[in-house]
Amino acid sequence: MIVIQQYLILSAILFAISVMGIFLNRKNIIVILMSIELMLLAVNFNFITFSSFLHNLDGQIFVFFTLTVAAAEASIGLAILILLFRNLRSINVQDMDSLQG
Amino acid sequence: MTSISLCLLIILAPLVASIIVGLFGFAIGKTLSHSLTTLGVFIATICSYIILYRVHVEGFSYDGPLYTWLGVDGQYFTVGLLVDSLTAIMLVIVSSVSLMVHIYTIGYMAGEEGYQRFFSYISLFTFMMFMLVLSNNFVQLFFGWEGVGLVSYLLIGFYYKRESAIFANLKAFLVNRVGDLGFILGIGLILANFGTLHYQEVFNQLPNIVHATVPYTSWNLITFICILLFIGAMGKSAQFPLHVWLPDSMEGPTPISALIHAATMVTAGIFMVARLSPIYNLSPTALGVIVVLGGINCLFLGILGIIQNDIKRVVAYSTLSQLGYMAVALGCGAYSVAIFHLMTHAFFKGLLFLAAGSVILAMHHEQDMTKMGGLAKYMPVTYITMLIGSLALAGIPPFAGFFSKDMILESARVAYANGLPGGWFAVFATYASVIVTAIYSFRLIFMTFHGEERFRDISHHDNHGHGHGHHSFKHNNPKESPWVVTLPLILMAIPSVIIGWVGLNGFINNTIFTNSVFNYSWYVNFIQHEKIAPLEMIAHSFTELPVYLALAGILIAWIFHRKQYLTKRFVNAIRPVYFILERKYFMDDLYINLLAPIGRALGDFFWKIGDMVVIDGLIVNGSAKVVAWYAKVFRRLQSGYVNSYATFMVLGIILLLTFCSKLIFS
Amino acid sequence: MLTNVLFYLFAAILIFSAIRVITAKNPVHAVLFLVLAFVTSSCLWLILNVEFLALSLILIYVGAVMVLFLFVVMMLDIDVETLRKSFWQHLPLAIVLGLVVLVEMVFVLIAKPITLPHTVASFPSDISNSNQIGLLMYLNYSYPVELASVILLLALVVAVALTLRQTNKNSKYQNIAKQVAVDSSTRVTLVKMATETNPEVTISNKEGETK
Repeated sequence: MIVIQQYLILSAILFAISVMGIFLNRKNIIVILMSIELMLLAVNFNFITFSSFLHNLDGQIFVFFTLTVAAAEASIGLAILILLFRNLRSINVQDMDSLQG
Repeated sequence: MTSISLCLLIILAPLVASIIVGLFGFAIGKTLSHSLTTLGVFIATICSYIILYRVHVEGFSYDGPLYTWLGVDGQYFTVGLLVDSLTAIMLVIVSSVSLMVHIYTIGYMAGEEGYQRFFSYISLFTFMMFMLVLSNNFVQLFFGWEGVGLVSYLLIGFYYKRESAIFANLKAFLVNRVGDLGFILGIGLILANFGTLHYQEVFNQLPNIVHATVPYTSWNLITFICILLFIGAMGKSAQFPLHVWLPDSMEGPTPISALIHAATMVTAGIFMVARLSPIYNLSPTALGVIVVLGGINCLFLGILGIIQNDIKRVVAYSTLSQLGYMAVALGCGAYSVAIFHLMTHAFFKGLLFLAAGSVILAMHHEQDMTKMGGLAKYMPVTYITMLIGSLALAGIPPFAGFFSKDMILESARVAYANGLPGGWFAVFATYASVIVTAIYSFRLIFMTFHGEERFRDISHHDNHGHGHGHHSFKHNNPKESPWVVTLPLILMAIPSVIIGWVGLNGFINNTIFTNSVFNYSWYVNFIQHEKIAPLEMIAHSFTELPVYLALAGILIAWIFHRKQYLTKRFVNAIRPVYFILERKYFMDDLYINLLAPIGRALGDFFWKIGDMVVIDGLIVNGSAKVVAWYAKVFRRLQSGYVNSYATFMVLGIILLLTFCSKLIFS
Repeated sequence: MLTNVLFYLFAAILIFSAIRVITAKNPVHAVLFLVLAFVTSSCLWLILNVEFLALSLILIYVGAVMVLFLFVVMMLDIDVETLRKSFWQHLPLAIVLGLVVLVEMVFVLIAKPITLPHTVASFPSDISNSNQIGLLMYLNYSYPVELASVILLLALVVAVALTLRQTNKNSKYQNIAKQVAVDSSTRVTLVKMATETNPEVTISNKEGETK
């Protein structure tokens, strides 16, 4: 029998890994985006877990919306990335410093 | 017309006239200007007499707000009217003298620069004085108080091109600030402790506050308030040691010396204390202070009048001395007597100033009495009216001043007998001052109107620059002034003679002010056992000292006038004393050389240290520098790199989680 | 028992693939491991009987988003070496932070036994999961679903607008600066012309003017 903690701890591990991913790949914006996808996946895991254990489908509906927003975010993020690469010839985060005073 | 509308008319008529003449004076011309302002004051005078009639015969009285000026934190400051016997008397005094001065000014200021400006100012002054007198609360009183102070300042500096006039008006203004500071502190204490500034409400609460003390001290609150308020009165009514501005204020044109610096404004302090008599009655200590200061004014400043040669300054010092008399009467708890003297003094001192002005006019703006003499036969009207004024001032029966002054002496004796602190000094000062008053007032009469005609040899340059150029009386005689000047003299001389007879019963026995002025118990007890009627009083006076003192004073003045060598020898004999008198007891030196530099040093200190270093440097620039420093440090957080923001985001998550776990385990 | 075994198996694959996502040298490998992670998660969700979302995760993420990632990664000429320069330098900090996050989360989870309230299922068990979600989405959540569709449309438009090359002669686009700087002189031209006298000519001309 599966208990709820198993899933919750799994999603915690997934979240921690994606946090580490952001730190490890400070320069590579693609991996950062992918880490964010992983983070959202971890969050979705929590929603699904609680929804399933509570027999309440509202959590799954919320996951549906999260997926929608994540897809939109990914598409716009990649569009910006392409634009960035076109202008800077690089996807190095360190090069994005026009906001620096 | 209702009495309230009459009061409004009294207040507004001079104000409207003043505004019109002040703003459009040049457009409407001189004749219309003086007609308009005189008309305004004339309306006010008529209304004042109607009010007096209604108050005294029909028993009318009113105390209510006109409109609310300001509401702060449940505290409402209203502009209100308080019409009672004291107000009515003051209205009549102010409006009558003001009307006389308006008429007189037409003649006196003819051909002067700023003619319309002058009329606008004196009408404005009349308005302010009415506001002061008619107020039923402290705020409005303070408004009027500052208003008359402002006009006084403007009028002392009327000849603003003259260095000495500017000095004098600045001096008057600054000295009055000292007094006003005390006054407004007193008002603040009243507001803090009584929760209201309305006279009647304050009076009603007095029984609860009698034994209150000033916080953190053991001083009696009432005494403290009384003394603070009297400091205000000291400034306005020129009581020692804040008297120094009044002699210098003679730089202004003579009509305003008569109106403001003799008859009305300087008596505002006396009026205020009389109005607040229920408060002052609770503090014998404050009364003692008033008596002592009044005594100093009365005697020592009177003595200064003897050695002055400027005709206006003599009258100015006599004003100081008479204000001292009034203060003594206040201090003795005989407030109604003080108002009585205020009234008689307003008329005879106004008369003296106007007469002095008439002389000055005839002498082409020469004020030095050593350059006059023998004018009696050239200016009979001026001479006779001035003589009447001087007799009234010296307290010779049956002139007005006799009655009021005699009653002040009497009240001083009563107060002394009942153990008022400083009472012995009051008795001594008032009695001694009788002789002094007689000496200086008749010295003025003798020097100006009798003896050799010293003006014959003098050819002086006119310093007003209004086109007369050089004058000489070698061949032509001085002329009597025009009727607009002499008419007020005559009109003022009449009350100077009879007002004492008329007012004696009402003022002395306080039948007039039954509900507005409350004399101190010892005076009330004393007066109950006396039966005072004018004729009896005159008859009785010849068995008493004061009249003989006054006559002796006149005799001394005459002797010194006839025997000039005696004067010189006497002056030589008392050389050190004379020197002190000449320097006015070093009061001016004290202020100019000691207090003013201290004030300036303090001001410099606050400017350089307080303002430039602390406020500008530390607070204003300091806060800007702190912001700049903060920005310099925390700017590093805003690196502009996405990953540093991500780092902070994660740190935020960690903090949030820590906080969550703390919530779970608590 | 079997579900437990399956769970631990999939969980191990998921954690492995997630670690590879963040450590892979080649971005293409990272994307592929991410695909693996998503597929594994979908399996894990199936264990919980969440069929509809498990399948849509594969359809949406693996089928659409990951392909998009792959396209982008392959399209861009990325200099991988410079991007990985500070990888080892950041490793200690990353591990510390990740561990702190993990430890705190696990701490919160296991410190107290989780007691779920006993709830009644919102739908009878004979209705399939997809059916239930469909009912819920189009009955209770119809407005949010419409909003979500608008968001997706917006994302579509934005992505196109951002990546559009404006140098192309045939493409039409706004020049905001030019629009703002416009004034009447560039818009209206007043032409003086002789008065027309023939009414028929005027009518025929009018149609020409409206062009």
